Amino acid sequence: MDRQSLRKAYGESLVDYGATNPHVAVVVADVSSSVQTSYFAERFPERFFNVGITEQSMVDVAVGLALGGMIPFANTFAVLFLRTFEQIRTCVAYAKTNVKIVGGYSGLSDFKDGPTHHADTDIAIMRSLPNMTVVEVADAVETRKMVPAVAELDGPVYLRITRADMPVLFDESHEVEIGKGVTVRDGDDVTLMGCGVMVSRCLEASKILAGKGTDARVVNMHTIKPLDRSLLEKAANETGAVVTAEDHTVIGGLGGAVAEALSETYPVPLERIGIKDVFTETALTYEELLDYYGMGVKDIVESARHVMKRKFS
Amino acid sequence: MERTDQISGHSLGHFIMEPMWIRLSASRSAHLSRRKSFILSENSFARGRWMTHHPEKLIKDLNVIARDLRLDALEIIHERGQGHPGGSLSVAEIIAALYFHHLKIDPARPEWPERDRFILSKGHACALLYSALAHRGYLSKEELHTWGHLGGRLQGHPDRLKTPGVDMTTGMEGHGISVGVGLCLAARVKGLGYRVYVLVGDGECQCGVLWEGAMTASKYGLSDLTVIVDYNGVQLDGPVQEILPLDPLAEKWRSFNFATLEINGHDVRQVLEALDMAGEIHDKPTAIVAHTTKGRGVSFMENKAKWHGRAPNDEEYAQAISELKGETRHG
Repeated sequence: MDRQSLRKAYGESLVDYGATNPHVAVVVADVSSSVQTSYFAERFPERFFNVGITEQSMVDVAVGLALGGMIPFANTFAVLFLRTFEQIRTCVAYAKTNVKIVGGYSGLSDFKDGPTHHADTDIAIMRSLPNMTVVEVADAVETRKMVPAVAELDGPVYLRITRADMPVLFDESHEVEIGKGVTVRDGDDVTLMGCGVMVSRCLEASKILAGKGTDARVVNMHTIKPLDRSLLEKAANETGAVVTAEDHTVIGGLGGAVAEALSETYPVPLERIGIKDVFTETALTYEELLDYYGMGVKDIVESARHVMKRKFS
Repeated sequence: MERTDQISGHSLGHFIMEPMWIRLSASRSAHLSRRKSFILSENSFARGRWMTHHPEKLIKDLNVIARDLRLDALEIIHERGQGHPGGSLSVAEIIAALYFHHLKIDPARPEWPERDRFILSKGHACALLYSALAHRGYLSKEELHTWGHLGGRLQGHPDRLKTPGVDMTTGMEGHGISVGVGLCLAARVKGLGYRVYVLVGDGECQCGVLWEGAMTASKYGLSDLTVIVDYNGVQLDGPVQEILPLDPLAEKWRSFNFATLEINGHDVRQVLEALDMAGEIHDKPTAIVAHTTKGRGVSFMENKAKWHGRAPNDEEYAQAISELKGETRHG
């Protein structure tokens, strides 16, 4: 399958959308070439602000830009936004400013730099904030569709983007609506619900399961908050078992959100694929790191088989 | 050194206005000599260019307003039994000068895009700000008495979404300058002509993020940004000089490439002059280090950390308003 860079898609989309909307501004904390806001810098230098390694200040600068009527995208590595949490809580979420926080290098995708750089808790942390929308994109096409959607949503958004080149899952007909999950494969035996890089792994798992006679539904839950509860409940109702998959701790992220929702409205057996409450390690490739920490395709397959055995009769 | 305020003729005590201005121009001379538009210089000062043009009546009126704001702030702090009297009383002249003379604002249009922005970065002084907003017509005087009531528009710290005239939600220290930077950058992109004023506390100057924002303000030469430091010397736990010293504070601002003025923050004329001067600087942001007294005007509150966040009881309140109204001798 053709692979494309999501961060490149993001950088190019900022330019494309920035050309149509003069209010878009970009703020970045010394990682412009990494998260590829450098394209925007070249094209729109008057709306691009590199503030150096001042992440906390960067978020507040973005807040000021928003108060001044701009639509600022604030950029650094997802893990570095942790040091800005109070800024995000007070000045973005509580003050409800129109700031777009873009966490690059999400999950374990910065495999080579090690656990200091792994963003394994950001979904859970951002999701805890009122007024905050949390989105993770699965491929380059979705990234290009998501940037305008994020910009045009009036309010705070956390957008999570992997460093990795990922298989292209969607064609140009793919439609993105924040808050609406996408069923990418129909099936009635079990639901595999992923976000971000794990969507393609869920699809791979569904093929293996299909070979063994299990018809798995695959849902791309790109919006973790607000969670598409109706799509989730429908899937739970029709398949009777759910596996969530995310490159993130199993605590409080997509798996946590799904567990909260299902337990309140439509309880079915659930298994959560993700980092199992441990700090990770450095590796030579992203793929081996995901596999090592239980986010492999075979882990999804095993969880699907296991959760189906737990189905209520 | 003989320190005399040549502008007003009053002794400034340890507050140095004239020498600081000269130092400002000296430190800037290499840079500024290339800028024809810059009009501040040692010579221009000596020629009296900055001799005051503010009439006595304005000064007198603003002093009366500052006193009224103190009275109202203390009243609602006492009424609520909560609040921060010390750091509210120390900024009365600064906020009076801004809201009742200097700021380009229109209470009838609190969202006017071209309005000057004021960020009370030291949000705990909101009793004073709310009083100013009421006097200026953003709120009714009656609404002041709903401060902190569940369901009301006046939160424990300023909330931009609930209170008309509040430009930014504050209360957590350190954010104001960076937010002001963003506002100035937006004005630059959009071609809007507003200026941004950020009032910070001195304890707040211990926050790293404040200096991060100062660096960015300096990088972009945001001359439309004016930072005013309420240097009252006392923070929650005690004297700033004991908790975490800031001196030399003005030197810090200069080293961050801010045009830096030092004034007596209780001298309305000096506040007005400094705000005017900031408007004449066209290539860098300005910091006004305003030397003030925490709890100013109430003898038993002055310079006392315990009055940082404590409301007076009935007896203390009666004494305080009596002093502020000049019925009993201050001190």
